[in-house]
Amino acid sequence: MSTIKNVTCPICGTLCDDLEVTIKNNTIVNVKNACAVSEAKFMSFSNPEHRNLKPLVRKKGELTEASLDEAVKRSAQILADASYPILYGWSCTSSEAIRVGIELAEEVGGVIDNTSTVCHGPSILSIQNVGIPTCTLGQIRHRADLIIYWASDPYSAHPRHMERYTAFSDGRFQESEWEHYIARLRGILGKKRFSRASELVLMKEVELPAVSGQKLPPKFETKKRKLIVVDVRKTHSAEFADFFIQVEPNKDFELLQALRLLVKDEELEVDQVAGVSVNLLEDVADTLVGCNFGVFFFGVGLTMSSGKLQNIDAAIALTKDLNYRTKFSIMPMRGHFNVAGANIVYTWQTGYPFAVDFSQGYPRYNPGETSVVDILCRDEADASLVIASDPVSNFPREAVQNLVKTPLIAIDPVISPTTMMADVVFPSAFVGIETGGTAYRMDRVPLPMKELVNPPQSCLPDEEILQRILRQVRRIKRQRRKA
Amino acid sequence: MPKIKVTLLTGRTIDQGTTKEHGKLSEAYRENVAICEMDPDDLETIGIRENSNIKISTKHGKIIVKAKESKRAPHPKIAYMPYGLWANTIADPKTHGTGMPSFKGIMAEIQPAPTENVPTIPQILNQTYRKE
Repeated sequence: MSTIKNVTCPICGTLCDDLEVTIKNNTIVNVKNACAVSEAKFMSFSNPEHRNLKPLVRKKGELTEASLDEAVKRSAQILADASYPILYGWSCTSSEAIRVGIELAEEVGGVIDNTSTVCHGPSILSIQNVGIPTCTLGQIRHRADLIIYWASDPYSAHPRHMERYTAFSDGRFQESEWEHYIARLRGILGKKRFSRASELVLMKEVELPAVSGQKLPPKFETKKRKLIVVDVRKTHSAEFADFFIQVEPNKDFELLQALRLLVKDEELEVDQVAGVSVNLLEDVADTLVGCNFGVFFFGVGLTMSSGKLQNIDAAIALTKDLNYRTKFSIMPMRGHFNVAGANIVYTWQTGYPFAVDFSQGYPRYNPGETSVVDILCRDEADASLVIASDPVSNFPREAVQNLVKTPLIAIDPVISPTTMMADVVFPSAFVGIETGGTAYRMDRVPLPMKELVNPPQSCLPDEEILQRILRQVRRIKRQRRKA
Repeated sequence: MPKIKVTLLTGRTIDQGTTKEHGKLSEAYRENVAICEMDPDDLETIGIRENSNIKISTKHGKIIVKAKESKRAPHPKIAYMPYGLWANTIADPKTHGTGMPSFKGIMAEIQPAPTENVPTIPQILNQTYRKE
């Protein structure tokens, strides 16, 4: 039995690197410091019921076992024959594999796109429009005294984010708010009991203090490290917050612009904006201006709802305005563990972070035209390679219908709706568990992913599978040139 | 049959995240993803209880899932579905030139569907995306 320390977690963009994994006979038997999602992955990744263990090739409508060689040849033939193939996924694999993927996309003259296209793609467009005042998570852990999660629920999507980097982390200059949170919970529980008893005695309802409402709670301004959550519904994360602001769906843009005006000491001639009273917004604007170092973390609630990149423009503009009055940063809550890495590798290789089109022989970038959902909805792609992703589950129906009607190659350690609909399936090794590599955290800090156990013999690393396909594509092209 | 118009949001939940790691074909995944969280008042409006089957219709399709009473209420006329095959078959594919479909803030209609079953992943793949 051995324990490996400082393991980087292959789940979300928080990329926690303090996991301790215990291994016995090439099997993970325990994992410490992991969140619920991470623990579920480490303890069940090897379940053979949900795992691709052999290469599969579709024959007469059925996926049948094949040799790795056959799968490579069939895939290379599909890609070499295609005039406009899509190469999609890339956020749950290593940066090293992504680099080979770009080479393959260039070789076959296809479009390479990553999952940020349906995640923080609009954030990237906005950052290219207006820039981004940002920092690393370490800065926030040690210095931020005001943390705002806007349209983001870290409890569900980045479970250890608050504990490692924000309100519940112990920084050099900022203390964890965990004990205050527990004390507040006990207080609320006590008041609930008192309220129930009072109701029985007095026969009337007694009002409980709320963490949301139309005014900030008493003593809010004197609190050292403050946590505010803004969302369309009271998420799990909102329960941890000192204050929760409920915005009407599709109205984030209005709320952000209203705050921009208030931060600039302008007056609003309405009573409420996006369902939030202007009196409350004035107090929130004072809190924003009054902090020493504030940070906005925004989620896909902004990028996926009405306005899309305009919402991010407004959020970044608000951050920029606040930097005239105090210090403020903003950061997108990146989802998959190496989605930031996909953007970074694409950018250093091609100049563009996603939706890169090689069909003209050089990289071209025009999201809305060269982004994968648009290409699929226009029914322009004639083959696809999907790696470490499940677009059949995650794309809208119209896009999926066109994705599955042309030849589809899937590289994935697990069985998913995409591998079930594929024409060629490669079983691969789990990055960060069965094979190593580099991943980029949401603040663009690169971290090493470790190889903890050996993969099953038939499961190669993504990088090697891609290299084999690339070599075969080049071989086919050479033969065609000779012929 | 009573109906209610809602704004449909899709997103992550911790249970969707953990059960995904147990396998997308697992029963636990279906139980936690083929659901729609609704405000208790909205459940009452269409006269159903928690765990009843409902049909959610948008301009882009229809799907049967189980209704759940939201623990995040009150959020009247806002319904929430976890990301997954069930939610995305009815999502809005329009990207408005950004590459990003609209997975949140979709106009939808919900009605009880007592006689229909929640489809499994193979059933959806077979019925909606059958490989020719």
